[in-house]
Amino acid sequence: MLDRIIRAQRAIGEACEKLGRQITIMEVCGTHTVSIFRSGIRSMLPERLKLLSGPGCPVCVTDQGYIDAVLDLADRDDCIIATYGDMIRVPGHRGSLETRASGGDVKIVLSSEDALQLARDNPGKTIVFIAVGFETTAPATAVVVKEAARENVENFCVLSGHKLVIPAMRALLSGMNDRIDAFLCPGHVSVIIGSGAFKEIADSFHRPCVVAGFEPVQIMEGLAEISRQLAAGRAEVKSIYHAVVTQAGNTAAQKIIAECFEPVDGYWRGLGKIAKSTLALREQYSRLDAFRRFGLEDVPGKDDSGCRCGEVLCGLIDPIQCPLFGTRCTTERPVGPCMVSSEGTCAAWFKYRRRKKSDQ
Amino acid sequence: MCLAIPARIIELEGDRAVVDAMGNRWKAKTTLLPEAKLGKVVLVHAGFAIALVDEEEARKTWELFAEIDNFEKTPNKVSG
Amino acid sequence: MPKLANETLAELGDSAFLRLASSDICFTTDSYVVKPLFFRGGDIGKLAVCGTVNDLAVAGSRPLALSLSLIIEEGFEFELLERILESISDAARSNEVTVVTGDTKTVEHGSADGIFINTAGIGIRLPNTDPGLDKIEVGDQIIINGSIGDHGITILSQRKAIGFESPLESDCAGLASLTCILYESVSGIRFMRDPTRGGLAATLNEIAEGSGKGVEIAEKAIPVKPAVQAAADMLGFDVLNIANEGKFVAVVSPGTAGQCLRICREHPLGKDASVIGEVVATRDVPLVELRTRTGGRRVVQMPYGRDLPRIC
Repeated sequence: MLDRIIRAQRAIGEACEKLGRQITIMEVCGTHTVSIFRSGIRSMLPERLKLLSGPGCPVCVTDQGYIDAVLDLADRDDCIIATYGDMIRVPGHRGSLETRASGGDVKIVLSSEDALQLARDNPGKTIVFIAVGFETTAPATAVVVKEAARENVENFCVLSGHKLVIPAMRALLSGMNDRIDAFLCPGHVSVIIGSGAFKEIADSFHRPCVVAGFEPVQIMEGLAEISRQLAAGRAEVKSIYHAVVTQAGNTAAQKIIAECFEPVDGYWRGLGKIAKSTLALREQYSRLDAFRRFGLEDVPGKDDSGCRCGEVLCGLIDPIQCPLFGTRCTTERPVGPCMVSSEGTCAAWFKYRRRKKSDQ
Repeated sequence: MCLAIPARIIELEGDRAVVDAMGNRWKAKTTLLPEAKLGKVVLVHAGFAIALVDEEEARKTWELFAEIDNFEKTPNKVSG
Repeated sequence: MPKLANETLAELGDSAFLRLASSDICFTTDSYVVKPLFFRGGDIGKLAVCGTVNDLAVAGSRPLALSLSLIIEEGFEFELLERILESISDAARSNEVTVVTGDTKTVEHGSADGIFINTAGIGIRLPNTDPGLDKIEVGDQIIINGSIGDHGITILSQRKAIGFESPLESDCAGLASLTCILYESVSGIRFMRDPTRGGLAATLNEIAEGSGKGVEIAEKAIPVKPAVQAAADMLGFDVLNIANEGKFVAVVSPGTAGQCLRICREHPLGKDASVIGEVVATRDVPLVELRTRTGGRRVVQMPYGRDLPRIC
């Protein structure tokens, strides 16, 4: 594998030389951000290649309004919150889910099926499943929505915060950050939606879109392919994640998403309102929709902490440019979700940066 | 956030599967992958199999998977 | 609480006199609150003995005696208590230490997660042995006696909420039989510590900070079992941060590294021993840096807080 990495590194270097200018590549997915930092890839790239992290961290892009709604539900005596691990530390206006976890009101689950099982095991309470994630995770929610409907599980509902990647990429290029030259596209979202889904970005905006997995070899070879395309003036969709990604994607998963959800306008932290970017449960599943059940609205929340996560998520600033980074906002005492989430950009920079004496 | 790893289906009843990844056995559902079969390697995410994995490609993609033949002969040998 | 028939506890007095050959005594204490109480490769009792034995062993002493303090929840199953006490007896015997004094308290149901254990231990300093962070020098080699992450992953696999089946076992073991040979045979051992909570990452950071020098390690030299790596990948954990209960990290002079490695590999608790890195001069702040498998470099941070399983 090492020889492939060296070859990719050489190819990247050559292409960058040929281009003769700075190139900016956005890796959309938080899992790519972590893998890049953990494998030390940043230290192997030429100075001219700037890597930006994008809005691909589901917890990070979840709007403050949604977070506060979750905390309100957690405060209710008749509810148990079922959530994937990462949400638990995100700070709302009055603490986080973690500060309530010890009361038994909040349970961490590894699978949507576990959340549904909680409902079966706790008939006296209403289980609210905090369904956050992109297209990779939405099908798992859809499966249990259908199961719950079929079995008539009365005390189960879903607060859908599922978001779609392509509308966000479109929004970024349409105004928020047009300095992005190319995208390293999320490998597992592509398993579901298919690599072909990125064609509209490549064609409409003339940006190379390369789908890669999360292993270091995949990332390096993905960056090499992008560099080669940029040097040649091409802008194509290409997947190198042959092990699991196809052009069409997982059609069974796409079908079940379409059955249960419809894309609606939604609020993203930092990116604001993006058309048809969030999945809402369809009318026929309204009984399982926590928004409808509890009369909640998906409205943007106010964030007056000075946190600049929004700009980090658009790739407009690096975490170190946020005045709170490393001082008021650290991994131990996070202010914004980009520092809380294990895939957050700020957390990655904080954990893997070379600390200096001048930091103190 | 897309943590998913390749694992082989070693039990399958309806859409309830048990998958094996380097000796660890996890429960997974194959509801999203009707083409899943016993013995096949699948990509598992949040308790669901979401893709069939081409084994030849898998060896080129995941370093850990590339060691799978050696692993099956000497399961407790440490790598490093 | 019903009268305990077990010999160990029945004989223990509130205090004990010990006649010691030396007045250079090593003294340590630790509390054990592991969940689940029983796991593949051990239980809270074995852990309570081995953990304290190891703190004495890495410090350069020969462990001698332990105190045993139990805090038990009302209604705790008698049979389970017996099993734990038997584990403690067995572990004490195989580690050649004696439990000389003890105490038991009962608390209300719900206050102690079943049982909490505290052990304090004493050991006698080995001759001419005085390890310390201040002894560490640039160029020193860093050795670990075997694979990392076994204990932490085993524990996770047996927690209901995460629950997966695994062939892995905790590496829970007392290390004195190996550390004593090392300290007695080799004069160049600067420092040793056992990487328990926080894993290898925590111990290496403590070494860097405590010595004021940098640490560089090579990812491909770190022994990891494939099942541990696969489980860590599934759960999103870094193996460097995962707890170990039968491992030590030793910082040794470059001239003695080969000998140390040989001694470890000839011992059952050190078959997979490896030189994982070295101590380097620090440019600014003492950091732990990892040379990754891909040839890149990145910093290894002191792990913080709770590791939460993440997926999405």
